[in-house]
Amino acid sequence: MRRLHSLPNYYGWHGAILAFLPAMLVLTLWVITHPILIERQLADFFPAEQFERDADRILLMADVRRVAEGIDSAVAAGALSAEDAIALNTDADNVRARLGEVGVALGADVTAEVLQASQRYRELASTGGLFRAIATIIVALGGLAYAIKITAADLRARNRVESVVLGVLMMASTIAVLTTIGIVISMLSETIRFSTMYPFADFLFGLTWSPTFQGVSQLGLLPLLWGTFYISIVAMLVAVPTGLFTAIYLAEYASPRVRSVVKPLIEVIAGIPTVVFGLFALVTVGPFLRDYIAEPSGLGTSGSSVMTAGIVIGILNVPFISSLADDIMNAVPQALRDGSYGLGATKSETIRQVILPAALPGIVGAILLAASRAIGETMIVTMGAGAAAKLDLNPFEAMTTITVKIVSQLTGDGEFNSPETLVAFALGMTLFVITLGLNIFALWVVRKYREQYE
Amino acid sequence: MDDQLIVERAVSAQDIKITARGVQVYYGDKHALKDVNVDILTNTVTAFIGPSGCGKSTFLRCLNRMNDTVAIARVEGDIRIDGEDIYDKRVDPVQLRAKVGMVFQKPNPFPKSIYDNVAYGPKIHGLARGKAELDEIVEQSLRKAALWDEVKDRLKESGTGLSGGQQQRLCIARAIATGPEVLLMDEPCSALDPIATAQVEELIDELHEKFSVVIVTHSMQQAARVSQKTAFFHLGSLVEYGNTSKIFTNPDDPRTESYITGRIG
Repeated sequence: MRRLHSLPNYYGWHGAILAFLPAMLVLTLWVITHPILIERQLADFFPAEQFERDADRILLMADVRRVAEGIDSAVAAGALSAEDAIALNTDADNVRARLGEVGVALGADVTAEVLQASQRYRELASTGGLFRAIATIIVALGGLAYAIKITAADLRARNRVESVVLGVLMMASTIAVLTTIGIVISMLSETIRFSTMYPFADFLFGLTWSPTFQGVSQLGLLPLLWGTFYISIVAMLVAVPTGLFTAIYLAEYASPRVRSVVKPLIEVIAGIPTVVFGLFALVTVGPFLRDYIAEPSGLGTSGSSVMTAGIVIGILNVPFISSLADDIMNAVPQALRDGSYGLGATKSETIRQVILPAALPGIVGAILLAASRAIGETMIVTMGAGAAAKLDLNPFEAMTTITVKIVSQLTGDGEFNSPETLVAFALGMTLFVITLGLNIFALWVVRKYREQYE
Repeated sequence: MDDQLIVERAVSAQDIKITARGVQVYYGDKHALKDVNVDILTNTVTAFIGPSGCGKSTFLRCLNRMNDTVAIARVEGDIRIDGEDIYDKRVDPVQLRAKVGMVFQKPNPFPKSIYDNVAYGPKIHGLARGKAELDEIVEQSLRKAALWDEVKDRLKESGTGLSGGQQQRLCIARAIATGPEVLLMDEPCSALDPIATAQVEELIDELHEKFSVVIVTHSMQQAARVSQKTAFFHLGSLVEYGNTSKIFTNPDDPRTESYITGRIG
């Protein structure tokens, strides 16, 4: 066995990787570039000025693709023979009706150009498909042949496989980073577009939120920002003490048996969909607060209120905080507890003066994560706090948040060309900046107060 | 030097600080400590030696009821400090531990400043009235622990930033600050390098003038260097207890002799 550099299965993996990776690469490149090449080929069928406008070209290409796919599926279903399909023409046949028979619905009648273009598209796609398969197979076989050629007893197959593993892991981590960058860029470009249509200062400092679709909207951010913060603050006032006390009980006081029952039960809350929490807010918490607190004290008559949404979001975040804080407190070394007990401290003195300070960075991190969640929560706010954008101090008034307004500005409208829809991106950007700021603050706190136990 | 020790021994032999009679400890089903009887003297360093798992740390932890914090531990028998039964229902273990300080195997300073580490005990027990008095306690404790000169200019810095030996002396200062009468040390030098060990041993030698010191150690040289009385534990029993010089030169029990000469352990 020692004559081989690596275990036999590494040589196998090495061959498989060499056959698979380059072939995958060719296939991916082909899939990306092929539609672009086809589009160029089809330019001849249409008037040049029509094809140069982005929006029109995209629509035309969508039509062509639908017709081509429709004909293909008609052939596949046996409604058309292959020859008939090629012989289709707009003068003799009603293409839309014939495709309708096999279940392909088209939005409008097919023009001669589109039909011709889609016939060409079918040709190109089928030859392209053939070439694609051939090229991929050749590259795969080539890779395999190369692997076989270089495989020898002293080939460092183990190290080569290791570097592929490294590559895969690195790619996985890059995806998250690239996604974030992509999100920021798309949000930023739409936000800039919004700022060309609507004065950005009015957006940032406006006190009124009243979008209309007749052109004279007031899109002030402040009422939404206030609603977001107000609801989040109420939520954190509920979640932080409850979650932290739960964690202290579980980590320091509860017997292992109690802990093994209570902890999973609390974590069940985290698994409930937020829309179910929304229902709870709508039918239970809201009416209760209205009937027993708001109305008797004359503070309001609405079941939807900041309190309703805040309390329910707070409950939602309890297991999040308690579970994280419990893990963090368990990680505080037993030696610190012993040291404190050995000096004659009681349990709660030990927790307050030794364990909580030692666990503080982690606990702050958990709280800020929970705050990000509270700020981003949408469903419970929609159902519990209503949709009225208001600047008000009364916690029993209905208010709304940034996320809810993002949803309502985009619902039922597919075109992003008015300030009323584009404002959603500006709102999203605002939200992104707020949560980013929170996370940076969390990192800073963790760095500043981190304590080495050793 | 030797003469002095003999003189001290003659004086302190009069005062018994801790008496233990028929002490049994169980961890769950395991009978960890069997029928231990011992008298620990005032102003004396008493060393507990023996192989690993022999029960010496277990017995040490009985003396300030630290075993109470272990859920499965059960202690039977009679342990008295100054004639008072420390397992009596009226005795608050929290108060007891202020009177019987403890230093652990691994230095475990709190992640706080040096000052706050030492002030921790006095604060929770309300020993100081006002800042000036607290400052005084902190300084005195650090002086007694032979650490004052090294840290007096950086009391606000974190205790975890000190070297291992300094950390252990900080833990000793922390234990002294509550004004204990007995100091329990559970292998206080096992995580330290030889120089730090020498410093801590020197400190222990000074401390026994004011406290009764009980030290658990794996190192027989250390026991011989710092203690006046030695107890040898084996398999959960107290085999032999007597003057250190006698244990190390002329033990009564053959098991003690085997351990001292390195045949068991």
